Amino acid sequence: MSRAVPAGRSSGEGRASSVRRMKRVPVNPAIQGRSYPPVDAYLVGREKVREFARAVFATNPIHFEVEAARAAGHADVVAPTTFPVVVQEATLAQLLGDADAGIDFGRVVHGDQRFEYSRPVVAGDELTAHLTVTSVKSLGGNSMVTASTVIDDAAGEHVVTATSTLVVRGED
Amino acid sequence: MAATPALDSLAVGDEVASVRHLVTRDSLVRYAGASGDFNPIHYRDDIAEFVGLPGVLAHGMLTMGIASQVVVDWVGDPARVVDYQVRFTRPVVVDRNDGATLDVVAKVAVIEADAGRARIDIVASVDGKTVLGKAQAWVSLI
Repeated sequence: MSRAVPAGRSSGEGRASSVRRMKRVPVNPAIQGRSYPPVDAYLVGREKVREFARAVFATNPIHFEVEAARAAGHADVVAPTTFPVVVQEATLAQLLGDADAGIDFGRVVHGDQRFEYSRPVVAGDELTAHLTVTSVKSLGGNSMVTASTVIDDAAGEHVVTATSTLVVRGED
Repeated sequence: MAATPALDSLAVGDEVASVRHLVTRDSLVRYAGASGDFNPIHYRDDIAEFVGLPGVLAHGMLTMGIASQVVVDWVGDPARVVDYQVRFTRPVVVDRNDGATLDVVAKVAVIEADAGRARIDIVASVDGKTVLGKAQAWVSLI
């Protein structure tokens, strides 16, 4: 279980204490269907693919060796299945940073995650991502916010959709 | 590199692979850097305790990423994993000295011969308790 945390937020005790002080407002159900503008394009770097692959204990040479990737028919090294979370991150930050959404990110727990591919992500891809809130539900005092981030390549073709359900805990 | 398994060689219920991984604090720091998720609950005991957690936790996305590797290795090419989902059902506490031992078992759950694909279900557990739910990877075997 991990907290979804927008990149660039301050870390440490400051955040934890501000969470405690934060006024708890319910998630705004009207965000269902809301879309956010595409975030800046993400250029997939070969070394980033290798770094991420090592971090998730990957060993398949198609993640690391250009020759192995090309022999398998890919343009360059292939990113691990969960790599698009790096691209999705900036779109989740938009949602969590939207005051009108009312998502207190200190109370957010990552509920589930999915990646649905049209084609693999390879080094050299320039990816754009935009998020749509597909569902807001209340369940047992918690809110469940499902957000799909559609990730396309520079030609506008679909690459992968990353979908997260965030569980926003209600009152303790 | 493993040869791609033939779809017609599979049967529902077959165990395709199992593996045990040791996840340490070093793993969490490495993943934090690679992913950009620097939430301190994944590396600072004091903050984990302050926010009421049982200890420093592995990033859910790290557990998800590690759990898929057994499928990638079996299928031979990561690009064959076309759909992968999990639920985060139990936090993985990573002890500062001993880490956490993650056991991963993958079995064939569904075969769609016409579509040329199979669903591989993954059981990921720590100390005999599952940490992911509905962990399912569709692999293309065309």
